[in-house]
Amino acid sequence: MSPLVLTSFTGVNALGYGAAAIFDALRAGRSGLHRCTFEHTPLETYCGMVSGLDDAPITGALARFDCRNNRLALAGLRQDGFEQVIARARARYGAGRIAVFLGTSTSGILETEHAYRRRDPQTGRLPADYRFQHTHNLFSCTDFVRRYLGLSGPAATVSTACSSSAKVFASAWRMMELGFCDAAVVGGVDSLCHNTLYGFASLELVSPEPCRPCAADRSGISIGEAVGFALLERPGHAPEHSGVALLGFGESSDAHHMSSPHPEGVGAALAMSRALESAGLGPEQIDYINMHGTASLANDSMEDKAITAVFGTKTACSSTKGWTGHALGAAGITEAVISALCIQKGLMPANLNTTTLDPSLTSNLLLQNRAHKVTRVVSNSFGFGGSNASLVFGACQ
Amino acid sequence: MRPVYIEGIGVYAPGLRGWTEAAAVLSGLSAYAPTPLPPLKPALLAPDVRRRTSEHIRLAVEVAGEAARMAGTDAKELASVFATAESDGGITHDICIEVAKENPQVSPTKFHNSVTNAPAGYWCMAVGSQQPSTSVSGWDGTCAVGLMEAVAQLLTDQPRVLLVVHDAPFPEPLHAVRPLSAIFGMALVLGRGKSSRSLAQLTLSAPAPLADETTCADNALEAMRVGNPAARALPLLAALAAKRATTIDLPYVSDRQGLRLQVEPCV
Repeated sequence: MSPLVLTSFTGVNALGYGAAAIFDALRAGRSGLHRCTFEHTPLETYCGMVSGLDDAPITGALARFDCRNNRLALAGLRQDGFEQVIARARARYGAGRIAVFLGTSTSGILETEHAYRRRDPQTGRLPADYRFQHTHNLFSCTDFVRRYLGLSGPAATVSTACSSSAKVFASAWRMMELGFCDAAVVGGVDSLCHNTLYGFASLELVSPEPCRPCAADRSGISIGEAVGFALLERPGHAPEHSGVALLGFGESSDAHHMSSPHPEGVGAALAMSRALESAGLGPEQIDYINMHGTASLANDSMEDKAITAVFGTKTACSSTKGWTGHALGAAGITEAVISALCIQKGLMPANLNTTTLDPSLTSNLLLQNRAHKVTRVVSNSFGFGGSNASLVFGACQ
Repeated sequence: MRPVYIEGIGVYAPGLRGWTEAAAVLSGLSAYAPTPLPPLKPALLAPDVRRRTSEHIRLAVEVAGEAARMAGTDAKELASVFATAESDGGITHDICIEVAKENPQVSPTKFHNSVTNAPAGYWCMAVGSQQPSTSVSGWDGTCAVGLMEAVAQLLTDQPRVLLVVHDAPFPEPLHAVRPLSAIFGMALVLGRGKSSRSLAQLTLSAPAPLADETTCADNALEAMRVGNPAARALPLLAALAAKRATTIDLPYVSDRQGLRLQVEPCV
């Protein structure tokens, strides 16, 4: 495929606000996971929670969009000069030539959860101040970001569970390739809610401790919340850029089970192979793989098999979910941002929190951060329903 | 924009059970008569699998199966795009009821069925497809959003793409804040090249400012069209039924934008 330049990228997650905070925590080996205190839930677990959202309402012309998920989106737009980058791109291309594709799994469902607790005891009706369209609806976050940035090009919410904000890169590339737009804001946002906390708990997938990806004693996932954005442009058109480009993507379906991945990682391997093929690269040309690595027994085992099948056992790989938690629909963009930082700064992160690797795993799993030149990264995202996406990022030539 | 070709159609809504019945109504051959719908039992879902699914999932598999059969293509080779404005309203309601309680006990099956791409997951399992599949949403422009994504996949990569657009009403109390009038699902199999199976040629323009969206002449069908984001596909289906060259303006994701389609019959 023809590469696209990441003009700019940014994110907010449990590691902090903006690229510098995220990278500092990565370099220092400082996890963002803490005992879950979200809305006094009694669940014994650790979460990657973003601080400060309760005190940062959306006000003014877009106040109707106010909810935790859109507050998180707004926090992201305000980091690393991202909204100023978009304003300059808008001046270059026009508002109608810039697309917005965002991934989310649950959007602002937390507002509906709160509204259900306040149902009228007689009629069962939801409270009058509840706003469905601008909070809970899947398009709410994309609508909000598009309006806040003053953009009117193609737009969609992609909602494929935990691969959502990886797949937005593919949708954006296709729209640009067809000439429907000249640039695209891609990203994703998912925020803590009771639906996912109790849902993953019901599947017995949640760890009582900070998650330990690829560890012999791994005990499940830690749920996180996050937002991330990138602006994609064709090379040669962006007067400013991050030095990182999207080189390829691969998508596949497991056709196996709704909430368990294929045990041999057939769908995951297919996504990685298709990503390499689309980038025109061989497996030996990838320096580092940022794994989906949820720290569930099934995911890490099948992903290891898939990586070994496609790359062999030499390519350095790790999951960064021990830092951020699993940000679900925002995991793809969170790890795209981390991959871009690894390329910019020359870092291969460890499997944080993991001391003893699962001896059955065969790929080259890092236990320590490694300062090393990183030219090309594969970033994996796999979701419920067997939805797989792999992205290839590289240093701009 | 290069044209794409429609090779298969599926539809399921009150009074429009399958393409044969829908085509007769939408081309004006028979009067529209909405009748109560029986429970959906898509042949592609084995009974034990079907029991674990919701009406929303069964609706998607039903129309997808009909479109794939008409296209006569190997369903597992199809890439797929699923478009829904509201995902699974019944499951959303059930989980919100549960997590409002003191000690929530969320059903694991309902939780994994709650992801927006659950219908895509069941479809891929039913036909054994490992092809790329995405699930997209765009409020009342969801039908246009799905169509654009499907056409973009076709013209950049895939030889054939299955598009499924489907939404079903919420139960109360969510129905009061987002009233969808009736269940509606439709599917198209789209091919990149013209073939003996091509039913019609479809050409998209980039989303643009829009004065008026294309409506349905029949009052009941027009009520269905405006009552469900997925039913915004009705004018396109009517053009296919009438086998007439037609220009259609679909609503896009904001009030003032639309997606223009040119439809030309192939036979």
